[in-house]
Amino acid sequence: MITVEALSVSYGQAAPALKSTTLSFERGAFTVLLGASGAGKSTLLRALNGLVKPTSGKVVTADFGPLSSGANLRSHRRRTGMIFQQHQLIGRSSVLENVLMGRLGYHNSLRTLFPFGRDERLRALSAIERVGLIEYALRRADQLSGGQQQRVGIARALVQQPDIILADEPVASLDPATAEAVLSLIHGIAKQDGLTAVVSLHQLDFARRFADRIIGLAHGEVVFDGKPTDLSELDITRLYQTAPMVGAAKNLDHSAMELVA
Amino acid sequence: MNNLAPLPARQVTSSLVRHDALLSQERAAGLRRLVIMGGIGLICIAALAITGFFDAERFNDGLPALGQLFSEMVPPDFGRWRNWMRPLLDTLAMSIAGTVLAVILSLPLAILAAPNTTPHPILMHIVRTLLSFLRSVPEIIMGILFVAAVGFGALPGVLALALHSVGMVGKFYAEAIEHVDPRPLEAARAAGATSVQVISHAVLPQVLPQLADVTIYRWEYHFRASAVLGIVGAGGIGFELIAALRLIKYDQVSAILLTILACVLIVDAIGAWLRRNLK
Repeated sequence: MITVEALSVSYGQAAPALKSTTLSFERGAFTVLLGASGAGKSTLLRALNGLVKPTSGKVVTADFGPLSSGANLRSHRRRTGMIFQQHQLIGRSSVLENVLMGRLGYHNSLRTLFPFGRDERLRALSAIERVGLIEYALRRADQLSGGQQQRVGIARALVQQPDIILADEPVASLDPATAEAVLSLIHGIAKQDGLTAVVSLHQLDFARRFADRIIGLAHGEVVFDGKPTDLSELDITRLYQTAPMVGAAKNLDHSAMELVA
Repeated sequence: MNNLAPLPARQVTSSLVRHDALLSQERAAGLRRLVIMGGIGLICIAALAITGFFDAERFNDGLPALGQLFSEMVPPDFGRWRNWMRPLLDTLAMSIAGTVLAVILSLPLAILAAPNTTPHPILMHIVRTLLSFLRSVPEIIMGILFVAAVGFGALPGVLALALHSVGMVGKFYAEAIEHVDPRPLEAARAAGATSVQVISHAVLPQVLPQLADVTIYRWEYHFRASAVLGIVGAGGIGFELIAALRLIKYDQVSAILLTILACVLIVDAIGAWLRRNLK
């Protein structure tokens, strides 16, 4: 279980990306953070493994305590797999090498100056097999399609033998069919292994289908927290309301006329 | 298709006025460019004048001397080629040893000097200053100092090459490290990697081809530079070159120069082959 206590995050002078928020994430639940871009989903998610430092408040895990200490943070990160929107692989490294990056937290710095041993490589290969890419294990990561690269990202998270999976817009850069497949894979693995999953999405239909719980964010605040079935039309409007775009089309028309003149 | 319809007269005139304004703006910009180019041209001519390039008399006196030198250089005398093989081998060894030492020293310094891997900004500035100091001391000066310190031979040459190159190689390495894709670094950190592991497993795998590129270029440069270093007594073929110059044996000088040229071509070809195969 992870608990967020009065957590707020600001970047510089701008309005806070996340206003004071208190939440807890139950063990084994698949939670979707839903909201428009800029709503604070990514910030909340990154605070859960200390990639973003709280401006005030704190993040506490049941297993390792508050994340403020370096040792706690490293232990927590080791058991927390993260999946990114842009997969964040090293393009010129092989799939296997990319996945092995997930094992770094288990070894000290000196040890990892030497190549990973056979047992670690086998562990990585079985993670790659689980996401269905075993025949690509020795290919360069940049030779794979977007959906395959995201699967490599999932394998890298899996090889950590995580208790928690954090996924930041894992399907935002994929076409709808691939997005569906990738999200099903993450959901399937999380349920099968009993992992606590926190996944940020902006697609309402995906959230409704996969989530045990939806946390709706808008302008850095939690505006909805409950079961997918409790999400009303009013809640949805509140989630996605942004300033309308005015006049852009008119201007375009006008300048086209002048181009001819 | 809509756009092809005739426009109201009022709109046509207002457009014309605005387009005229744009054209005169363009003319003004062109004029400013011309003034700047003219200024640069004047500075170039002044530099040539200050250094005596327009002094016709010196060229008149100098040309026959140059002709004389040239006629003494041909035909090149390769008679002593057996005595040059060992110095050439020394020069090759110096260039490789200098590169090895430069890499070993440059990599940690570059990590300290790149803003995304440095442990502290102050340390970064100190290391950057050190690197600019090293590259601002020419290797020939370092060569003279090391010859004074450790005596004649290849060793002072190697030390001079390495130390001067650290300034250059360290800077290039740091620039390569600075421009890595930060996203894999975040992924490594998220998996619980330490700072050292982030560098060894997320930064270095990304920049390895660039580091190899810089290193190979530097090796090619070291071969040419180590020929010069022999002049101050730091071993290698340069030592033979300066000896022939002192004895006014210009036919041997030209033969040595041609030999160095041939070796440079070979070294550059090997370098190009290595670069192609390390991509």
